[in-house]
Amino acid sequence: MMAAESTAERRVTIEVLRYRPDQDTAPVIQAYEIPCTEDMSVLQALQYIKDHVDGTLSFRWSCRMAICGSCGMMIDGKPQLACQTILRAGDARPLRIEPLKHFPIERDLVVTVSEFVSKIESIYPFIIPKTPRTPAEGEYLQTPAELARFENFTDCINCMLCYAACPQFGENPDFLGPGAFALLQRYNGDSRDAGHDKRMALVHTENGAWSCTAVGYCSDVCPKHVDPANAVNQNKTNSALDFFFRFLPRRGRSERGA
Amino acid sequence: MRRPYLRPIDSLWWAKPPYLAYTLREAAGIAIAAYALVLLAGVICLALDENAYSAWLRFLASRWSLALHAIFLIAMLFHVWTWFAIMPKTMPRLVIGGRYVEPRFITAAGIVIAALASFVLLAIALWVRP
Repeated sequence: MMAAESTAERRVTIEVLRYRPDQDTAPVIQAYEIPCTEDMSVLQALQYIKDHVDGTLSFRWSCRMAICGSCGMMIDGKPQLACQTILRAGDARPLRIEPLKHFPIERDLVVTVSEFVSKIESIYPFIIPKTPRTPAEGEYLQTPAELARFENFTDCINCMLCYAACPQFGENPDFLGPGAFALLQRYNGDSRDAGHDKRMALVHTENGAWSCTAVGYCSDVCPKHVDPANAVNQNKTNSALDFFFRFLPRRGRSERGA
Repeated sequence: MRRPYLRPIDSLWWAKPPYLAYTLREAAGIAIAAYALVLLAGVICLALDENAYSAWLRFLASRWSLALHAIFLIAMLFHVWTWFAIMPKTMPRLVIGGRYVEPRFITAAGIVIAALASFVLLAIALWVRP
């Protein structure tokens, strides 16, 4: 495949944190030395290991073009997509690959995603229309300016790199977290949506916006420039406003949330 | 067989990169608070009597105080910089004329306004000086 004989002299050492629940009591480092090319991604290196060196190595991947969000892992300590990270053959030191931080490891580089999926499901991830329309009445219209207010939040690919970057999620696994907040703001920021109050009920809680301390590293590692830190932190303002405005008549609140 | 393994988190995460930048940003706030206390002490001394106020002025002119204020100045500059760097993340996305305003423009605007305000304050202070 990618390891043509002509490039076999260039080799790279890759250290993988392995965990096989049937035989390991705790994760252990295993080093692999493989041939590599200048344009090889970390994902291709893992695929080489699985195909030619050690078939028992487990990792998730699908699209190999940074859109499916499956191959997120810690590469030299930083949460990155394996498909988007290029191996630098010149590096003398070994590359260290570990599963995403802050998540339970199922096997090798595969982590548990079920809690994350539950969080995504909990934030009403769909448009709740203000006034339902029939197809005969036509589509819900939106101006480009209204779209610009939330467009970046639609780009999330659920790769969970932001969760691995978030120390507060590490301290409190029940924190709704940057990724789910990005999706929450994607709908709360949408001019066609009226589900604001339902989602704010989640924002107000101890595991909502107030678990965030504005570290901001989640936005730095985001491969799609979603800026989840912005989604969380603007909801601190929203949560505070809701706290003070709860004494005002209902009408003012729903208008502001729109 | 499922036996998920949760690795313990490093209790010193805040003291290491990449989180060290965040820790320093938050810690700069302590220096700002300390500076506010020095100013507050001045106001209290002024309210007490002339002796107390001149004692506070003598403290300000001391070598220790100058060193302390040099630290305060550095912390304040760092705080201003990092404050406006994080500001775009704490506000709703700014859309002007139908277009999204990039966060770096908001940061730059904040820093420019802070610098202008500081120069105006300094100019007034020099102008009213006896």
